[in-house]
Amino acid sequence: MTFINYASREINCKIVYYGPGLCGKTTNLQHIFDATAPQARGKLISLATETDRTLFFDFMPLELGTVRGFKTRFHLYTVPGQVFYDASRKLILKGVDGVVFVADSQEERMDANIESLYNLEENLQAQGYDLMKIPYVLQLNKRDLPNIIPVEDLAAELQRKGEPVVEAVAATGAGVFDTLKAVAKQVLTELRKG
Amino acid sequence: MADAPILLREQQYHKIKAVLARLRLDSSARIVFLVDKDGQEIAVQGEVGNLDTTSLASLAAGNVAATGGMAQLIGEKEFPTLSHEGERESIHISVIGRLLLVVVFDECSSLGLVKLRSKQVSHQISTMIAEITQSDDDSDSPFAGITDEDIDSLFN
Repeated sequence: MTFINYASREINCKIVYYGPGLCGKTTNLQHIFDATAPQARGKLISLATETDRTLFFDFMPLELGTVRGFKTRFHLYTVPGQVFYDASRKLILKGVDGVVFVADSQEERMDANIESLYNLEENLQAQGYDLMKIPYVLQLNKRDLPNIIPVEDLAAELQRKGEPVVEAVAATGAGVFDTLKAVAKQVLTELRKG
Repeated sequence: MADAPILLREQQYHKIKAVLARLRLDSSARIVFLVDKDGQEIAVQGEVGNLDTTSLASLAAGNVAATGGMAQLIGEKEFPTLSHEGERESIHISVIGRLLLVVVFDECSSLGLVKLRSKQVSHQISTMIAEITQSDDDSDSPFAGITDEDIDSLFN
């Protein structure tokens, strides 16, 4: 849910990275953190298990700049991808302004992508949102691996509403900022509608 | 759809800050925050120093969301207050509608005093939230006039 503070002239929006376990959601945030000037971002908070699997969420505030005299800040969150953390995923979607679905391009993860996408639609509905109406981007991650599904086939299976599709290798940073830009643009365009 | 955006006008912001300042004084607390349930910091009063208030706000909201989820699993609507006591520093969180009142205090205060004072201002804060929500209805988005170029300029 967007928060506009006229006194401090700030606007805050919430973006959630969603997707199956080990698809690269945290890696997206880690790259944004590493590649952004320290004055433009806060700490990267990771609530993770001892084996670095996301337990509850990762969080990072990012300041993009000023629009019409208002500082625009994006609060970036990831959800835990593992199936049994569904209760946590539901909570993190509360108040979301835009969603990035990070799909794992490897053949053997196709079923996990589809399951996670259904889960996203269900959990958005539980919070009163409709995937067809909210700012949304599909990222096809891990494009550098050998056993990947062609982009057209992934898009045919996973694209829901003509949303932007971005190819990425989050581990090297390829496509990470393009994805963020695509979703942030839609969020700001929504604000224009009021 | 879900909750409408929170639009906080300057006058409302200063009123909230004044209430938080008073609460801080009355409860001998170090820092008092008002945060929304989605983790956005609305206002803060106190010795913030190098404290990462943005992360604290987000984690407080995550904390309330998680315990709220547990409450529902055992048949409760929510847990209206949460307290975490450390060796020196402690945190008390009260749920007030869609907002969270977060009080950080040390041995200069006590949990009992913080609970009492937080409860005393909760009605005042509820009224303020109602005002903010009401004013949402008749206000235009300040972004109604932004252009594609404005948006693109953020990414250059």
